[in-house]
Amino acid sequence: MSTYYAGLFADIGILFLGAMSVYIILATGQLSLGNAGFMGIGAYLASYLTVEWHWPLTAALIVAALAAALIGVIVGFPALRLKGIYLAIATLGFGEMVRSFLLNFDRMGGSGGFHGMKHVSLETIWLWAGGIFVLIVLLERSRLWLEMRAVHDDEIAANLVGLNTTATKVGAFGFGAAVAAVSGGLFAHHYVYIEPANFGFERSIDFVLAVILGGSTVGPGALIGAGLLVLLPEWLRVLADWRLAAFGVLLVLVLLTRRQGILDKPLLNRLTFRGMRA
Amino acid sequence: MTVLALNGVGKRFGGIQALTDVSLAVPEGRIVGVIGPNGAGKTTLFNVITGAYRASTGDVLLAGSDITQWPSHRIMRSGIARTFQNIRLFASMTVWEHLLVAQPRTGGLWRSVLPIGWTDAEARKRAEDALVFFGLERYRNVIARTLPYGIQRKVEMARALTAQPKLLLLDEPVAGMNAEEADDLRALFHRLNERGLSILLIEHDMPFVMSLCHHLYVLNFGVLIGEGTPEVVRNDPVVLDAYLGTEAA
Ligand SMILES: Nc1ncnc2c1ncn2[C@@H]1O[C@H](COP(=O)(O)OP(=O)(O)OP(=O)(O)O)[C@@H](O)[C@H]1O
Ligand SMILES: [Mg+2]
Repeated sequence: MSTYYAGLFADIGILFLGAMSVYIILATGQLSLGNAGFMGIGAYLASYLTVEWHWPLTAALIVAALAAALIGVIVGFPALRLKGIYLAIATLGFGEMVRSFLLNFDRMGGSGGFHGMKHVSLETIWLWAGGIFVLIVLLERSRLWLEMRAVHDDEIAANLVGLNTTATKVGAFGFGAAVAAVSGGLFAHHYVYIEPANFGFERSIDFVLAVILGGSTVGPGALIGAGLLVLLPEWLRVLADWRLAAFGVLLVLVLLTRRQGILDKPLLNRLTFRGMRA
Repeated sequence: MTVLALNGVGKRFGGIQALTDVSLAVPEGRIVGVIGPNGAGKTTLFNVITGAYRASTGDVLLAGSDITQWPSHRIMRSGIARTFQNIRLFASMTVWEHLLVAQPRTGGLWRSVLPIGWTDAEARKRAEDALVFFGLERYRNVIARTLPYGIQRKVEMARALTAQPKLLLLDEPVAGMNAEEADDLRALFHRLNERGLSILLIEHDMPFVMSLCHHLYVLNFGVLIGEGTPEVVRNDPVVLDAYLGTEAA
């Protein structure tokens, strides 16, 4: 594979992980615009562990994911009191908080960034992305996911059929944060250089965009969305300066015709022939 | 034994006193009805019992435990299940999924993250039983919210039953149903009751209430104005004046 395509596929894998992190939280009806913050935490923590302490990448990613999960749970609690756009704005604020913390964190370079990581292979990126994707696909068939959907559909009713909606929502934040952190750790070891600007607001928006575009009601939507978000601007290069505008038009068109995103349950069933068995 | 007891329960919403000093009891194995005109506070009573609202005064006892301050999900895991006056089904779920989601978890968090099809044979069996009991087999894979109103009510009742309650709260279960459907439901409630389930129900349909309940409470402007067997209530002048009289006229 040419380095050009290898680079694109690495980007897709990293964005795919970020999109899944949003998807998990969205499954409980909460929109997070702050997942780049969790990604940044994962990137910096994993890099610190591999560069300064010479940890193997796998161990560093696991620890970064656990740390981010803990922070996700802590962020999840105040988020319980907020809904809809208020929650979105609050999580956005969290993301910006992380970024400005990193800017002032001189121990790891501050605004100058941090480097010294060893380059990670494309296979490793996709092993993580694929592994977490399989976990999510399995989870989507579980009791826990059903409970998450209940909270998404009607939180009050969920509570009144005996579900602990608090634990569900906070837990989703923790899990989503962990996945975002893995995305960040891999990003850091792919680009072998990170700076706070990598984990800004635009990155959080990219995650959300990938989910909304690809399909926000099924796990594989995140993959479709991440692929399109990386590849479309490349394919539209012929349009030169107009390519981002064309991309925007395409996005609006998709959402106008399919509010649930490109992939949804009926389409997925048809593609996997599950519809024929039923 | 008393499954549920309310002692002097009051509920205030700003300027509205929705419930005042309400005391009632549901003995084990009984079907108890709550009747009263619109706005009497019947649904509010259910909301206080299930922790959706906090009682302003008084307390709620479930099998002897004071549950007044418990969070809803804990109350609903302690032997109470309910339906809603304005049906509350989950928009994205099929009938089958509704029958799984309210069941108590078996095997803790670990088992709950695995695909239901792999592990939870017991839960699937229970869902299957509820499906058959309410005659919902043909709607198994249909999104519940797209079904006719009467079927949706049955899905809600089935969902409540899969939580394995000792006490079932039904808020106007036959509203909007025709006589034949109401007769069907009455038979189902009798069968559930014979299996030992206690029921507390709110209903405007007088013939239905009178023929089903062992005991009735009458609520008017948030105050209990009468109680007794259906015969007693039917002939209570205070009740007739406040409520039944207007219906019978
Ligand atoms: N959340 C609330 N906030 C403010 N007032 C409320 C609330 N819920 C109920 N009420 C008021 O409490 C009173 C009792 O309402 P409730 O719904 O309990 O009556 P109901 O007996 O169930 O009536 P219906 O037969 O019409 O269902 C009404 O005056 C209602 O407006
Ligand atoms: Mg009511």
